[in-house]
Amino acid sequence: MKILTKNFGNEQAKEIATYEKLGGYQALRKAVRLKPAQIIDEVKAGSLRGRGGAGFPAGVKWGFLPKDAETIYLVVNADEGEPGTFKDRWLMYWDPHRLIEGCCIAAYACRSHNVYIYIRGELFKEAAILEKAVDEAYRRGMLGNSMVGSGWAMDMAVHRGAGAYICGEETSLLNSIEGLRGYPRLKPPFPAIKGVFGKPTIVNNVETLMSVPAIIELGGDAYAKLGVEGEGGQRCIAISGHVKNPGVYEIPCGKSLKAIIDDDAGGMRSPDKPIKGVIPGGSSMPVLLAHEIDVPYSVDGLGKSEKIGEVEISPGKKFIWAGGTLRSSPGSGAIVVMEEGTDMVAVCARLMRFYAHESCGQCTPCREGSGWLAKICTRLAEGQGRPGDLQRLERAAAQIGGNTICALGDAVTWPMLGFLTKFRDEFEARLAESTYVDEGTP
Amino acid sequence: MMALSFSKESEERITKLLPKYPDKMAACLPVLWIAQDEFGWVSDDAMRLVAERLDLSLAHVYGVATFYTMYNKKRVGHYHVQVCTNVACMLNDAYDVMGSFERELGIKRGQTTEDGLFTLCEVECLAACGGAVCVQVNKDYHEKVRAEDVGAFVKKLRAAVTPDSAKAAGTIEAKG
Repeated sequence: MKILTKNFGNEQAKEIATYEKLGGYQALRKAVRLKPAQIIDEVKAGSLRGRGGAGFPAGVKWGFLPKDAETIYLVVNADEGEPGTFKDRWLMYWDPHRLIEGCCIAAYACRSHNVYIYIRGELFKEAAILEKAVDEAYRRGMLGNSMVGSGWAMDMAVHRGAGAYICGEETSLLNSIEGLRGYPRLKPPFPAIKGVFGKPTIVNNVETLMSVPAIIELGGDAYAKLGVEGEGGQRCIAISGHVKNPGVYEIPCGKSLKAIIDDDAGGMRSPDKPIKGVIPGGSSMPVLLAHEIDVPYSVDGLGKSEKIGEVEISPGKKFIWAGGTLRSSPGSGAIVVMEEGTDMVAVCARLMRFYAHESCGQCTPCREGSGWLAKICTRLAEGQGRPGDLQRLERAAAQIGGNTICALGDAVTWPMLGFLTKFRDEFEARLAESTYVDEGTP
Repeated sequence: MMALSFSKESEERITKLLPKYPDKMAACLPVLWIAQDEFGWVSDDAMRLVAERLDLSLAHVYGVATFYTMYNKKRVGHYHVQVCTNVACMLNDAYDVMGSFERELGIKRGQTTEDGLFTLCEVECLAACGGAVCVQVNKDYHEKVRAEDVGAFVKKLRAAVTPDSAKAAGTIEAKG
């Protein structure tokens, strides 16, 4: 069954008349006859988890709003920037009205009259599509003073970013809407208590909101059954790298990662080059080895399965995170597949340069640490590694995660330690081959 | 130098934009975009203009404009060629694509050609990993670009330049 990708390939579905003819906005009409609390219950029953990266249960998040708040904002996180991720871009391109419909239902459930869609600056085309769709929805009475005739006022605006990965972090995104530099805020207070313009705010990912109409149509229980225990429904994955058919595919939550690569993406592009490594959930998520991928593609599957080795700081020394050990996660649904022969030190160095570039600079461990990791990985990759460099990487990486305002610090630590754990031999070999000569500089 | 001012069209866009937000500061990013659309880049004078229009301090607008990479703090060429070299593109030989652009244009990344037509930049993930290598030229994405296609790609861009379009982009002035 296709839910999220139903209208993919149909250029006309961007227009409100066609979208409605295909059954669009029926879920919204049904939703406004329900009480907000009933919608939240359905979403909880559907066990919809956030599709942006953290995988937080959406219904639970909505329940954090204070009961007596007068002004509440719903903010859509369309700042898709996690390397490897491109499903939200496709979703907004093909089906802008499903996003608007999902926003309307979610905002109504959260007792909000105001929605901002924060879309990353590079997506000129998708922003224009969304703006056109919002205009259409106003003209047709889906938005405005009385959403689908319900008497509920609903306003929606598209707000464009201007090039900053950090704005995908929700509090940084809120600052960016307010017209500030995209610096993450200290939590608490969480956005549900004090968000944009100082008001209670819910921030949800594009795909999360686009999943809501189907929950209303099918009912929470039926939607939940499409997926696995604790992670209901279907999700979009974006697959790239060395596979035969890169692209966006809709899968039931919990489908085997191996099956996604073999069946949906058509396997590897070169039959003689098998899988060497897989980044399973956007570049921040620890890399997996070929023998670790026959696991359910879910938060529990990648986070707890014994088939996946734990991330370590150094051989035998566990990396403890949030009271437990770290394996990996489906994160933003971005799967990057790498074939045999890929230079893993170079890939890791490229990712570290990315994080060093995107660190906002507020917290010392992240600002300085990401720079150190980028510098050391790059010199290792270029054959100029220095004695002790692997220990330097371990030490610096382990001191970033958990010591910063936002999760970008973790997003540097996890892939660094992930690559170092899973491809330790390659890092060691690269260091052994180094042609660096210590000229005795202090 | 004469102080900048917004055209009537830009003013209309700003007027339409302001009611979307509870305060003027929130319009800082969109009005910087409007300034860049009109002037081609965000000069110190443009920042001053945005600050005045929104009753913000110049320091605030400067802080915002310099935080976000897409605001051009330097004049860019008629074509702003932005090659993604992040992981998925890198795995599909993005650095070869970048090398081809450097050779074809005779400049290094971060530079602008003498005729003011091309600025070449390396950028981070454009959310087009399924179409690696992705190259953004001004507002448009070009996907599945291969190193061997770059020559024809650049030729096509050159052929599309008319004296009017170059003048409109301010590139003739940059050359002079």
